[in-house]
Amino acid sequence: MKKNIFILAILALFPLAMLWSDQLFYVSFASRVMIYAIAATSLNLVLGYGGMISFGHAAFVGTGAYVAGILVAEGATSAWIAWPAGVAAAAAMAVSGLFALAIGAMSLRTRGVYFIMITLAFAQMMFYLVNSMKAYGGDEGLSLRQRPSLVFDLTNEVAFYYVVLFLLLLSIFLLYRLMGSRFGRVVIAIRENEARAEAVGFPVYRYKLACFVIAGAAAGLAGALLASHGKYVNPNVLHWVQSGTLMIMVILGGVGHLWGGVLGAAVLLGLEHLISDYPIGWLAQLAPNYQQHANLGVGLVMLAIVLFAPHGIAGLLERRKHASP
Amino acid sequence: MSWILIAEQSLNGLQFGLMLFLLAAGLTLVFGIMDMINLAHGSLYMLGAFLASTFVQLTGSFTAGVLLAIPATAVLGMILEIFLLRTLYQRDHMAQVLATFSLILIINELTRLVWGSDAALPMPGSLSGPVELMPGLPYPAYRLVIIAVGLAVALLLFVLVTRTRVGMLVRAGASNREMALAMGVNIKLLFTLVFGAGAALCAVAGAMLAPLLAVQVGMGENILILAFVVIVIGGIGSIRGALVGALLVGMVDTIGRAFLPILFGLFFQPRVASAAGPAIASVSIYLLMAVVLYFKPQGLFPARG
Repeated sequence: MKKNIFILAILALFPLAMLWSDQLFYVSFASRVMIYAIAATSLNLVLGYGGMISFGHAAFVGTGAYVAGILVAEGATSAWIAWPAGVAAAAAMAVSGLFALAIGAMSLRTRGVYFIMITLAFAQMMFYLVNSMKAYGGDEGLSLRQRPSLVFDLTNEVAFYYVVLFLLLLSIFLLYRLMGSRFGRVVIAIRENEARAEAVGFPVYRYKLACFVIAGAAAGLAGALLASHGKYVNPNVLHWVQSGTLMIMVILGGVGHLWGGVLGAAVLLGLEHLISDYPIGWLAQLAPNYQQHANLGVGLVMLAIVLFAPHGIAGLLERRKHASP
Repeated sequence: MSWILIAEQSLNGLQFGLMLFLLAAGLTLVFGIMDMINLAHGSLYMLGAFLASTFVQLTGSFTAGVLLAIPATAVLGMILEIFLLRTLYQRDHMAQVLATFSLILIINELTRLVWGSDAALPMPGSLSGPVELMPGLPYPAYRLVIIAVGLAVALLLFVLVTRTRVGMLVRAGASNREMALAMGVNIKLLFTLVFGAGAALCAVAGAMLAPLLAVQVGMGENILILAFVVIVIGGIGSIRGALVGALLVGMVDTIGRAFLPILFGLFFQPRVASAAGPAIASVSIYLLMAVVLYFKPQGLFPARG
């Protein structure tokens, strides 16, 4: 508990420290990490708690991003001053949730590898559909003129940071409560043994679908935040590699761990940033432009984690805790 | 919409489908026999194309270059299998996805280090012209060669799998791994060989398609998904399914791209048609897959009884 308050204090004071040392870039970077943390956490609900290996989660993030982006773009040109951020985010969550309902209803009839592939197929459909939406940028993406405003001005990086931090903590808290509830217990029971859960009398399909829809809506929120963070919606947020990256974050962080998504997003994005923006003296001498190949380092670290830390970083931390009581 | 256009597009579909089959055949065997999701299969396709580009430049002959690239890619694939992928067979699908996804990143960057972001592999000059298939139906000679190569490899594979001892072991492994193991099949060696063969098929597809498409880093990612669609439609582990699935996907994709915009033009305003046609066309294969899975959740030709 003490440790949690400590971490919370660091997160709350972080932008102020950065303001003081004039490093606003890091406030924006931290917001991006936290947005991905929300997306990865929502996938963790499906993947880790529900045991459904969905390979198309980027579709819901992307849907959210486009819904928010389109509302803001339309709002900026019409008589409306601008869509309030709350409306855009709520609409993004609703539409992503609806898509998750439709896609989940069809996909959850299959299982195993076929489920992986059919979710992937639906995500690819969405990817091609947004690529062909010429009215909203097509394959060039959708640029937003401004960030939507909440009660206060969100163009301020620090204010945006606190909004994202609040939403991340809220999602983690809700996930924690959800998994402690009867619903969560049933979802975990289904993951552990679907046939038994069915035999006990739980409507397995409905529970899985509900889980899928909640995660889809949360991913939509992350998408809406992503759109307003960069003031730009890239159709590549729906590309399958993005679904893969989200999955990597979850697996990296810890499948089925409360903080797995957060850890994974922080480590993956941090690693990318570290390798590409911080020259290491001896390595730079050895290979002058190694920083253009940041993905090589990211790939090697990921490979090492999957080979040597099967339960992700959260598992690694937990093992250490158990080893030294 | 003349019949020449239809014939031409059908041949294009056949050509694309056959190349997809080469990719999907390796993937479906690895998937079916080893129960392993190998996302890095597309990377082998990319490596095959890059190696072919180098060998063609070194030898000055297209044929020799491609023929050298095939065993080279197979060796790389087997090295990969022996030193890394072998340890992943026992792990769950999620670990396999993570590991092979990181392999994509690693191989992409290594390729970029060795070759740069792209390479050139020009079409052999003697094949660059058209051939008159029938009066009034010219067709690029190189695409005909691709069709011939694809058919030959498919036939070879068919004979190998259905008529030889190794093929029998492969089929045994695909339909029931534990039983094959219990009967004393050297699964380890078989896996390495199958993986090498899959890599070789990737190289054939990569090298043959290279003059038509661009040889560049990342070329494997998109076609990999198509190959997965193919094996899911065909039924995982089934070579026959891979062939049928590949031809279906190749045809639907090519013909959809060519004719859906025209078809839409008949019913909708041009503005709507030009936007909706290509969109529906690129979605069509995924729709096909969703429909197949809805009616046959195990694919068209399930390998496991």
